[in-house]
Amino acid sequence: MSDYILEMKGITKEFPGVRALDHVNFKVKDGEIHGLVGENGAGKSTLMKVLSGVYPYGSYKGEILFKGEVCKFKDIKQSESLGIVIIHQEFALIPQLSIAENIFLGNEKTKRHIIDWNETILKTKDLLEIVGLDEDPQTIVGTLGVGKQQLVEIAKALSKEVKLLILDEPTAALNEEDSKNLLELIKNLKKQGITSIIITHKLKEILAVADSITILRDGKTIETLDLKKDKVTEERIIRGMVGRDISQLYPSRNVKIGDTIFEVKNWNVYHPTISDKKIVNQVNLHIKKGEVVGIAGLIGAGRTEFAMSIFGKSYGKNISGEIIINGKKVELHNVQKAINSGLAYLTEDRKTYGLNLIENIKNNITSANLNKVAINGVINNNKEIVYVNDYIEKFNIKASSLLQKIENLSGGNQQKVLLSKWIFTDPVILILDEPTRGIDVGAKYEIYSIINQLAAQGKGILLISSELPELIGMCDRIYVMSKGKITGEVPATEATQESIMKLMTKGEE
Amino acid sequence: MQKLLEVLKTNFNRYSMVIALVIMLILFQFLTGGILLRPLNITNLILQNSYILILAIGMVLVIIAGHIDLSVGSIAAFVGAIAGILIVNMHMPTYLTVLICLLIGAIIGAWQGFWVAYVNIPAFIVTLAGMLLFRGLTMLVLKGQTIAPFPNDFRSISTGFIPDFFDGSTFNITSILLGILFSIIFVILSVKARKNKIKYNFKVASAGVFYSQQLIAVLLIMGFCYLFATYEGIPYILIILLALIVFYTFITNRTIIGRHIYATGGNLKAAMLSGVKTKAVTFWVFVNMGILSALSGLVFASRLNAATPKAGNLFELDAIAASFIGGASAYGGVGTVPGAIVGGLVMGVLNNGMSILGLGIDWQQAIKGVVLLLAVAFDVFNKRRAS
Repeated sequence: MSDYILEMKGITKEFPGVRALDHVNFKVKDGEIHGLVGENGAGKSTLMKVLSGVYPYGSYKGEILFKGEVCKFKDIKQSESLGIVIIHQEFALIPQLSIAENIFLGNEKTKRHIIDWNETILKTKDLLEIVGLDEDPQTIVGTLGVGKQQLVEIAKALSKEVKLLILDEPTAALNEEDSKNLLELIKNLKKQGITSIIITHKLKEILAVADSITILRDGKTIETLDLKKDKVTEERIIRGMVGRDISQLYPSRNVKIGDTIFEVKNWNVYHPTISDKKIVNQVNLHIKKGEVVGIAGLIGAGRTEFAMSIFGKSYGKNISGEIIINGKKVELHNVQKAINSGLAYLTEDRKTYGLNLIENIKNNITSANLNKVAINGVINNNKEIVYVNDYIEKFNIKASSLLQKIENLSGGNQQKVLLSKWIFTDPVILILDEPTRGIDVGAKYEIYSIINQLAAQGKGILLISSELPELIGMCDRIYVMSKGKITGEVPATEATQESIMKLMTKGEE
Repeated sequence: MQKLLEVLKTNFNRYSMVIALVIMLILFQFLTGGILLRPLNITNLILQNSYILILAIGMVLVIIAGHIDLSVGSIAAFVGAIAGILIVNMHMPTYLTVLICLLIGAIIGAWQGFWVAYVNIPAFIVTLAGMLLFRGLTMLVLKGQTIAPFPNDFRSISTGFIPDFFDGSTFNITSILLGILFSIIFVILSVKARKNKIKYNFKVASAGVFYSQQLIAVLLIMGFCYLFATYEGIPYILIILLALIVFYTFITNRTIIGRHIYATGGNLKAAMLSGVKTKAVTFWVFVNMGILSALSGLVFASRLNAATPKAGNLFELDAIAASFIGGASAYGGVGTVPGAIVGGLVMGVLNNGMSILGLGIDWQQAIKGVVLLLAVAFDVFNKRRAS
């Protein structure tokens, strides 16, 4: 037996018209943490689907060796029985079921074909202890936060006696603290002999935990770096991923900042069902013309809730406070009013709250401001097409035509469509909630450039982000929120990750 | 050649149900020894299916918005009963009765729309309740009896023909003239749309292709008008149907309201955050369904020449089947009015063809069930292959 637990040799996978993988070689040593990086569309997910049997043996060319033995998986069940488990970016948990039920779903603990609940609960308790989740096994999964759900997923993988754990963007939806805990857990699992493959866009994280990193680009293996031997920097990896140097992660902006165009005063919001729970507490902020203003905070700090509550009261109850746009006090009772007053809100969850996935690009882009292309309620299709083609070209949206359905686009392109949709409403203020979540380095850079263009046009940008380097790199000024309150305001020139972190946890007793 | 195949393939995907309908027409034409496409039978086919097609138009909108309506058959029966009472028992004039009945339909639709849109009760449950409620009310107001007969002017809604102003004795000249009028309108609108596209520098079909398309369309229109002319002429109900199809196709394709219906059914949360008043959209879609159910009930009562407690039985299922055969998605957000009409015609031709062949109602039901399943399976398969 070699010291490789997994060897994938010369894997080629073709879809009609595209070669998604082109003779990819991928080797993972036993007991290591291996990072798999590459831009969206580089073939990371496809490679993992080949490995796990989602694409069965015969639908690809090449050879897979697991523990030195050739594998010909027909489906996921077969790869799981050998201990290869994938945790996808979108969880496969059923929110209505309990933790214990989810963990043993499809793998139920039975005695004579009847579920043995005592055994199930007992085993679940053990697993939860390993992953460090302090919850009752009977807790309904839907009531847990994203971070805790991630841990349940890992516990579920452990229950299958996992040898090789594959995590697809495990920290994409997590805040800094949860991410840290998760990575710590993966390191602990390594000590117990579990090998992990982490697919991620967060290079800093992977550099901190991985033993080696493989870079894919355009369906080909570019290189595998051994972090113990070589000195590898973020720039080094990015160069491998994009095939060129990105001189700066954040494009520079040269905008003259004007007068205040947007102000929120004494803003308070209560929880929609728990009526005495204050979610946003006396928030005051302002944005100037051409300014990019950030809001930092942990998950649960109330940033998204604050943004949605000012956007036509889309969240919360008993909302009080003042909104002033261009010097005029406005009452925004519904989304329509908010849009008409010049507010746009780009959601953090584009699939659930942002886009109509089964609809085409054109109809999505124009959906929030159809009056712009209509007369007396009748839409001028031709005019619509002109606008949409303009966005597709300007923002480099990769699609076969403007009638392509959103569900068939990559994450980065979906995000550009969503951004186009809100720019189409001609806003004065754009609230961008995690605009670069789960998209690759190249697309991120493009989004940042668009943000800079918008600022240059004199719009005000409110950028909510959980990635502190992004806030520091992009913003002119950063507000920090904690427990529904603004705990600080820092000019970007003075901001450091440490100083913001401190303010983010202020008020957390 | 490659390109031609590609074009054929995409067109096949898009018009697969139309092709299925044509194949069925040819099949039954052959099996029935030419009876199916006789002028008399074509006329019958339209009269027989008009009330289902009217329901299908409303139903496909409800389905696009992400809901379902099980109560339309009962509403149709209830409205038919009211019409019977107003006209036969109370001697009210027909036009007033029709207006009152449509208003009642709107009120019933508003009642159901209120529960679905504003109280958030699933449409399946609200309209299941409505199905029982209005069936019960129908029996109540009719006291279990049938009311008949209706006066001639009411009956002519579904059995009347546009009279021949030129006295063509065995050949209806007005039908031909109407056909020419429709053809002219059709061609003018097509030419205008093409010119507009050229103005925006979009790619358009070459002049040759475009004019041959127009020629085929005109031939089809004139062919049908000729068929009607050799029988009694164009039925009134066909004009009503065509007007409804054109109107609702326009609404769904070209208006903001239409876009909002698709958006609401496609992703409710995203629609809300885009400023779509999703509750109002849902409410009005049900009001519309109520009005069309009422119209369907009137047409059916007129055709039966009676208001009976059993009227409209299982209409909802035919209308729902028509929508799904026509490509609507059970998850909402997808579907078209012309699709639903084609779906309704597929069911109608099946019914009609099998009846002519003398198949019993038992076999007819069973075959229709299988066709519904196969049609939707075919559609799902097609879409999977396309993506």
